[in-house]
Amino acid sequence: MRHDHLITSKQLSRADVETVLDRAAEIDADPSAVADRHAGSLLGLLFFEPSTRTKMSFEAAMKRLGGDVVDMGSVESSSVKKGETLADTVRVIEGYADALVLRHPKQGAATMASEFVDVPLLNAGDGAGHHPTQTLLDLYTIRENAGLEDLTVGIMGDLKYGRTVHSLAHALTNFDARQHFVSPESLRLPREVVYDLHQAGNGAGIREHESLEEVLPSLDVLYVTRIQRERFPDENEYQKVAGEYQIDLETLEAADDDLTVMHPLPRVDEIAPEIDDTEYAAYFEQAHNGVPVRMALLDLLLSNGGETDE
Amino acid sequence: MSDDHQLRVSKIKSGTVIDHVVGGQALNVLAILGIDGKEGEEVSVGINVPSDRLARKDIVKVEGRELSQDEVDVLSLIAPDATINIVRDYDVVEKHRVDSPDVVEDVLSCPNPDCITAAGEPVTSRFEVLEDGVRCSYCGTIVRESIADLIDT
Repeated sequence: MRHDHLITSKQLSRADVETVLDRAAEIDADPSAVADRHAGSLLGLLFFEPSTRTKMSFEAAMKRLGGDVVDMGSVESSSVKKGETLADTVRVIEGYADALVLRHPKQGAATMASEFVDVPLLNAGDGAGHHPTQTLLDLYTIRENAGLEDLTVGIMGDLKYGRTVHSLAHALTNFDARQHFVSPESLRLPREVVYDLHQAGNGAGIREHESLEEVLPSLDVLYVTRIQRERFPDENEYQKVAGEYQIDLETLEAADDDLTVMHPLPRVDEIAPEIDDTEYAAYFEQAHNGVPVRMALLDLLLSNGGETDE
Repeated sequence: MSDDHQLRVSKIKSGTVIDHVVGGQALNVLAILGIDGKEGEEVSVGINVPSDRLARKDIVKVEGRELSQDEVDVLSLIAPDATINIVRDYDVVEKHRVDSPDVVEDVLSCPNPDCITAAGEPVTSRFEVLEDGVRCSYCGTIVRESIADLIDT
């Protein structure tokens, strides 16, 4: 891997992904081997939007590598409240840390911020744009549960605004996966993402559907995302649509026994709790994988500026 | 230059004539080039003049300024058939077409209200030029139609 910053999954080649996942597997098998590897290093956390999993797993990852974090805190308690630009904020905080993690509500925020800093910057979500570190832990989870070869993936829910979906879909083009996108008409993949998938040469492997039923039996992985209430003009419309994209044990009767069900979390009621204790459920494991995968990513970026032996 | 528009727009002594602009786009050409007359340039504009090639075309003449290829290539976004004539002492000394650039900077505004370039940050807009449109280098939004509406004026 040779990147100063990680902004979108489009940057990642198959070899890049495998480098991170292999390193994550090594760390997962023996976390103590890297316990002091980055002692003295500091990771700057800039979260302009709420986050539980991403922020805490980055913090856990850095601390488990022997380093520590400096956290901007909430927007309300920071200089942002006084009108400071993002460009200024990142330039200040890069002086305090060896790498930065940024989540911001505006699309393209990470791209712009990366132009103002010299330390590695990791995009932890930019509006409806991208979320590449989530993608790496998603791919790690897929590899552990279903393998990344000859894969058929269903991605369901809010495909329009779901940044985890946009990043994952592109990364999967590295693996020639067949991708079925299941959503209501109003929440289909943005044309920009479809364009990218075609540009990546994966046009033939992409299908869009309004119903899960027709594709469920063929899936190795079902990646479910939350349909947010605020995307709909009224409550009735939301209830009607959201209800069609929820799964329970009855839904999964049509699925392959080896199906892996994933979700970036938080869920509301897209996946019935009765699935949690079945062999299908991989979403909590997926959330836990955020730590070793982010440890691997930080280790690679902090060890050699993102360069591996070539 | 054909006789038809010479009757309507006077010849220039030295400078640049941008000919064969799609009818109605002349003012956008000036906006893209950042020419608004405040620098004292002498500018003549013909809008919707008859043309053999385009039926109706616009023509822009800028006296005293020779526009470089890089400056005019951005016009390919709205006037792909434009021809550029460099004039010295009433003679056309260079004549060339506009080429599509790879990237245009500080010319268009991203139409996505959630794009970071619309958030008051000190950032210059940048668009990659696709075969059939433009794409914001920050948020990735693709625009294929009405690109002239995005011109940053």
